[in-house]
Amino acid sequence: MAIIQPIAVELEPHPDVALVERVRGGDVSAYDTLVRKYERQIFRIAQHITQNREDAEDVMQDAFLKAYEKLEQFQGNSKFYTWLVRIAVNESLMRLRKRRTGKMVSIDEDVETEEGSVPRDLADWAPDPEQNYNQSELAEILRKTIQGLPQGFRIVFVLRDVEGLSTEETAETLGLSIPAVKSRLLRARLQLRERLSRYFRRKKGPGETRNEK
Amino acid sequence: MTCSEFLALLDDLIDDSVTAETRAELQAHLHGCEHCEVTLNTTRKTIEIYRSHEIYDLPAGLRERLHAAIMARCKKGC
Repeated sequence: MAIIQPIAVELEPHPDVALVERVRGGDVSAYDTLVRKYERQIFRIAQHITQNREDAEDVMQDAFLKAYEKLEQFQGNSKFYTWLVRIAVNESLMRLRKRRTGKMVSIDEDVETEEGSVPRDLADWAPDPEQNYNQSELAEILRKTIQGLPQGFRIVFVLRDVEGLSTEETAETLGLSIPAVKSRLLRARLQLRERLSRYFRRKKGPGETRNEK
Repeated sequence: MTCSEFLALLDDLIDDSVTAETRAELQAHLHGCEHCEVTLNTTRKTIEIYRSHEIYDLPAGLRERLHAAIMARCKKGC
């Protein structure tokens, strides 16, 4: 009888692990590599949360400096990137708090809304709807639309769908439960979809002719 | 399956984390429900569009300046 052998899963260590070790050993150039690898993402996340360019620049610098200072505390049981994102999220929230002169800012802000729970606008979109706009118009539409989301939904959507963190990593980064991340993600996706429908819906009606060959 | 039940599983379907059995039920619902089909397709498109468009660009000049500032401070021991 055939014996089913357990498959030996050799997990390749993440390439960041070696870089982090080199930095710990005093090799600053290895940190240079890590900064280059993640600076765009960290800037984007900071910009999404603070919605302010100068703040995002400051957050990006502060997050990388803080990560460098605290590298000894990095346990290695999460990915370096996830750990860095957590620092950037906290720095961004602190920056917002300063701007609002001490008013509490949290990722739980405005999440009680029921908007978007049930899709209302069920119009189908045009095929490749983004092609109806030039690059800068489209970027403006996407910025305006995502900025309108409640903070607590926006951060979850950005981490999960734009930056590609898993549900578990997003939960860990934001200090939320997995069901909370899932519920926020669904509502964020549905609200964005609903809001984008204004721009992307298939146009019908007077003056529109179908262009079929 | 009702539309509400479909909607509750929408994310799992999009993220491909449903069992084959659930997937078949979802497909069966989609077959007869244009609204849910539109919701699924346009939600997928929403995610794809945000993933593929850089809406907060970090221009190369600014990136180099910020990068240099970070590294200068790190070399000094922050």
